[in-house]
Amino acid sequence: MEFGPHLILATLEGAVTAAVLALTAVGLSLVFGVMRVVNIAHGEFYMLGAVIAWYVAQMVGGHPALGFVAALVIAPLVVGALAAAADVTILKHIEYDPERTIVATIGLLYVIQQLTLMTYGPEARPVEAPFSGRVELPWYEWFETLFGMAQPWGWSITSYKLFVIFAAGAVLCGVWAMMARTRIGLLMRATQADRDMALAFGIPVERVYALVFGIGAGLAALGAVLIVPIQQAHYLMGVEPLLLAFIVVIIGGLGSLPGTVLAALFIGLSDGIISVFFSPTLAKILATLLVGLVLVFRPQGLFGTRTA
Amino acid sequence: MSMGGRVLGLHLGLLVVLFALQFVLPAYHQGNIARIMVLASYAVGYNILFGYTGLLSLGHALFFAAGMYGMGLTIQHAGFTPAPALIAGIVAGALVAGGLALLALRTSGVAFMIVTLMFAQAGYLTILYFGEYTRGDEGFVIQQAQRVLWGIDLIDPTARYFAAWGLFSVCFLLSLWLVQSRFGRTLIAIRENEERVRMLGYDTYAHKLGAMVASGTISAAAGAFYGLLFGYAGATFGSVQYSIFPLLWVLLGGAGTVLGPFVGTLFMFYLIDLSSGVTSAYMLIAGVALVALTLFAPQGLTGEVRRRLWKGLP
Repeated sequence: MEFGPHLILATLEGAVTAAVLALTAVGLSLVFGVMRVVNIAHGEFYMLGAVIAWYVAQMVGGHPALGFVAALVIAPLVVGALAAAADVTILKHIEYDPERTIVATIGLLYVIQQLTLMTYGPEARPVEAPFSGRVELPWYEWFETLFGMAQPWGWSITSYKLFVIFAAGAVLCGVWAMMARTRIGLLMRATQADRDMALAFGIPVERVYALVFGIGAGLAALGAVLIVPIQQAHYLMGVEPLLLAFIVVIIGGLGSLPGTVLAALFIGLSDGIISVFFSPTLAKILATLLVGLVLVFRPQGLFGTRTA
Repeated sequence: MSMGGRVLGLHLGLLVVLFALQFVLPAYHQGNIARIMVLASYAVGYNILFGYTGLLSLGHALFFAAGMYGMGLTIQHAGFTPAPALIAGIVAGALVAGGLALLALRTSGVAFMIVTLMFAQAGYLTILYFGEYTRGDEGFVIQQAQRVLWGIDLIDPTARYFAAWGLFSVCFLLSLWLVQSRFGRTLIAIRENEERVRMLGYDTYAHKLGAMVASGTISAAAGAFYGLLFGYAGATFGSVQYSIFPLLWVLLGGAGTVLGPFVGTLFMFYLIDLSSGVTSAYMLIAGVALVALTLFAPQGLTGEVRRRLWKGLP
């Protein structure tokens, strides 16, 4: 097989991973940046998004696109509301103390996982993609004497995967616009910069926290809805994105959204590309070691500012 | 440092009770307590770094697995007998802990968490990668004939119980001694205010390095014994889950108390054991219990005892 087409294919597959990862990680990064909360249950919000998407798709019926669009709206809202409720009932009462938050969110992880297992069951279930045409990747090469386009089988990607990449990009632009251009974004940034000062200026910090926690979880759920037509919904699916999102958030620099997106691209693409050309396990070993070493020598991450 | 009579009495008392329990417990609980004692040793090791030095590691499974595989692989492939294999496991853990400490201690806070997590994950993947020797996820069984330590067959429940008790006693008393020593006091001071300790002229880096090696070595000893006593080594023991377990046990039992790791392990183990007898939803109960504990007993069980009843509890 040729190197060029492989590389393009690996890059596109990696871009799909990166897109979903970016959504999940930006959610985690928001929560981390604004609230200084390490949310171990973030992966479970992702999983809930996928599971709810399956339920919604089942209930709506008709053309797969209808169910998918409904899921795209409903799942993030439901998950966001759940997360906000968890914030108000639990996290607020332990005063966002770092260690206790970790334990509480691990507890939450167990509860969500078990409840999903009890209601949804252990099976992995697919959601049908709204559309899934194949897009042939053009590939040019020399044939004997003339330069022409070759389209051998296999070098194609579903249009849905391209859609995932663009959808994630659009949502991320929306998040950026919200943070940079709207009043609620301003309140969030003020809370992030100095919680006490924000309180003194009459910003309802507790409500901002609940909102941020909800939005963070909602973004994870959105990423999951986008991925279910490619990967099935399963009650244990939250573990891997949690780990990856953590890596991305740290590499990108704490609380830095551009850093997070860039790191997601880097991790997603390198994972896609390395595992095509080398053994996937070896690729993962090298990637994790690299991440560890980057942090050893640049603890503030790529875009973070050094704090004590 | 002087050790109060009450303190010594309490901690030795626990060991005596555990020793005596062997003669009254039914077989099932005897096996459970043996397992809890080995896992609690792991938590004791974790507590030295997390509870007393204030460094939150998410990579202790690396040390646990280093002990387990250092022991298991030398038995399996180098024909070691259990005693040298145990030593090999413990030495492997100490070396890995020292190496990781040299790198990870350059960072602090969240970066430290992630660096330890990353290296542990790389270790876990390495176990999978060398599946030819380690049998990866599936793991390998250590045959009964390879588990006879000084003529004592560890497959016998009583022998296993006493081996676990011996390991736990050593780790437990070692940590009690450590935290009351000058070195341990300095670690607690580092946890409370590292800047100030540094200004007083202490080499905080060397102290943290020592804490991490001690913590990793005890964790590796627990891993080595776990593999030997229960005759199995598998990649699961190197996964993230096994890094989170000791954190949970220590937090539940009370971080920064000598008794905490044991109390937490015992509590969590029996919570899951008992509730899985009643319902299949034991994770639900464990989850709710975790949330409830953080809400109502923020310092863990022993931590609450120290806060409300006995201020001097080490």
